[in-house]
Amino acid sequence: MRRDWIYACLLLSPAMVILVGFTHIPAIETIINSFFSTGRGRRVPEFIGTDNYATLLADPVFIKALKNNLIYAAVTIPASIILALMMAVFVNEKLRGRALLRMAFFTPTVLPLIAVANIWMFFYTPGFGLIDQIRGLFDLPAQNWVGQTDTVLYTMIAVATWKEAGFFMIFYLAALQTIPMPLREAAALEGASRWYFFRRVTLPLIMPTTLFVSVNAVINSVRLIDHIFVMTEGGPNNASKLLLFYVYEVAFQYWDTAYAATLTVVILGILCALAIAQFFFLDRRVHYK
Amino acid sequence: MLTNFFKTSTTAAALALATSVPAFAVDLEFYFPVAVGGAAADTIEALTSEYAAANPDVNIEAIYAGSYTDASTKAVTAARGGNAPQLSVLLSTEMFTLIDEDLIEPFDTYLTEAEKSEWIDGFFPAFMQNSQTGGNTWGIPFQRSTPVMYWNKEAFAKAGLNPDVAPANWDELLNAATALTEKDDAGNVTQWGLRIPSAGFPYWLFQGLSTPAGAILANADGNKTNFDDPKVVRALQFLVDLSKSHGVMAEGSIDWGATPKAFFEGESAIIWTSTGNLTNIRINAPFDFGVGFLPADERFGAPTGGGNFYLFKDSSEEQKDAAVDFVQWITAPEQAAKWSIATGYVAPRADAWETDAMKAYVEEVPAALITRDHLEHAVAELSTYENARVTSFLNDALAAAIAGEKTPKEALAEAQAQAEAVLSSYR
Repeated sequence: MRRDWIYACLLLSPAMVILVGFTHIPAIETIINSFFSTGRGRRVPEFIGTDNYATLLADPVFIKALKNNLIYAAVTIPASIILALMMAVFVNEKLRGRALLRMAFFTPTVLPLIAVANIWMFFYTPGFGLIDQIRGLFDLPAQNWVGQTDTVLYTMIAVATWKEAGFFMIFYLAALQTIPMPLREAAALEGASRWYFFRRVTLPLIMPTTLFVSVNAVINSVRLIDHIFVMTEGGPNNASKLLLFYVYEVAFQYWDTAYAATLTVVILGILCALAIAQFFFLDRRVHYK
Repeated sequence: MLTNFFKTSTTAAALALATSVPAFAVDLEFYFPVAVGGAAADTIEALTSEYAAANPDVNIEAIYAGSYTDASTKAVTAARGGNAPQLSVLLSTEMFTLIDEDLIEPFDTYLTEAEKSEWIDGFFPAFMQNSQTGGNTWGIPFQRSTPVMYWNKEAFAKAGLNPDVAPANWDELLNAATALTEKDDAGNVTQWGLRIPSAGFPYWLFQGLSTPAGAILANADGNKTNFDDPKVVRALQFLVDLSKSHGVMAEGSIDWGATPKAFFEGESAIIWTSTGNLTNIRINAPFDFGVGFLPADERFGAPTGGGNFYLFKDSSEEQKDAAVDFVQWITAPEQAAKWSIATGYVAPRADAWETDAMKAYVEEVPAALITRDHLEHAVAELSTYENARVTSFLNDALAAAIAGEKTPKEALAEAQAQAEAVLSSYR
């Protein structure tokens, strides 16, 4: 019995060392740092209690970034999931050039986000970018969506959705192929419409995939910010600033590491709450075999 | 950790052997960023190996560190981790931040009086404004630039303007831009008169308006800004009106990267951008173009820009001596000329412009002279303590005014208040 316990510890230790060293200790240190001031040069960090949190609540840029991130998540998550499901159902059918279509849908996932951002920069360029060249054919005026505070966030959302949908499609495609053929035949015999079959059979059966995909989508809505660096740097006037980008800016451009730690703690808290909620509430509606 | 160990052990060995072995090789690390494409990185490598060949007692390693932002992130992180490079080229505007972080040392300590007067005083004064504070020289100008105006001579002729004369003041600029703005039958603009890019870091080109308007954005100690000066407000109002009332410039924030391309494509007839784009535009513009000063209002004026050499504190005395020697060598006339011709950066010293190589280049590209003469009117680029944060207040204010969310006066007053809150502790 005792031997088993040692054995288990030995087996777990490599993973534990990495997890504790690179995830848990840094997370705890971040929380500790958020209660100190930033040390600069000869001034050492001092314990300042919850001052950083008070600054955070009064920081208009943080509030703006939080709002932006909520909109960003509220649109990219459902949009990329629905798009992924539609594409998966489409390329699951027997049709000519299916492999080519699947590859086409998956391409955005293979491309690094930085490259994607550069491609989209060209799409959006006012006057002579792709979108304006097409709009020009219909005598529409040039747009400057990336340069306008009320549209820039949605241009970022479009890039993220385009990038993510292909990745999620792969999971849905795999899930769709596990649906047994007899179910489809039985439904056909009963005279169920395709929409009815999709709603009552397919959708419930791929629920575990939906859960997995949606957890990933939530994480990505905070994590995927590479295109912001290339396309807008959070501007104009913070209109496309997302939380993680703001953390980077505060930590590595303003060098205010304590405040960056405070921001990180808040993001960590939000993500933990979301993950727990997703597993508790969504799990009840998921049928595992 | 390991390199640290080696460094300490070599230093220890050097001390032990100092009496018996006269010349012991000094190791130098030097970070450099590349903000313009192509030749820059190769030229630095070439210059560094030339120096190493002439000075066998110095091992110098030039490390490409990405963009300016990446380079300063790397240098500061390495320095905080006790692994600082001896030298780094970083934005001249980082001076106060680096002093505040206690990471750099002034060059003066390692120079004789003669060197100070000959070498330091040989740089263009405009470049030294971002390099000196409190009587010390903290940065040595290296890859420095300034914004200039490029205009499409073909478009000027077509609009009935004299293609050989640049608009010299704001009124002439507005008139020219109005004449140059073309619309198609549907009322859509096919050619904008003017393009002043404002995305990312609008404050830089905005200084090309606020300086002519007679304002200086920050004091020389880097602890007070003047964002709410009425002259600054007037400059911003002029910028906003270009799009909103006169319709000669596209609305919203305008991208930097696509600006040269917009010029080649005929999307904009006049553009403002860095001298660093001169080579690019010279190669790619399918029409004759002119290069000129930014137009004057009360006076001519523009900011400087680009990077300086900084000397990091955390190194041995031998290393610092060798590092200063290397910087002296690479900014000497011949090397500075080579660097300037390869990249388009403005050679930072008057004597570099007297070299044969530079004279031949100016013969071929007379526009290069404009960039030099512009320096006479140039002022310091906005730089303060906690520079990135304070600058972001101004950037946000400019973007808000350009978007029409706030009036120039409101936006700038707000930015000034935010800057005060940060900077008051540095006085």
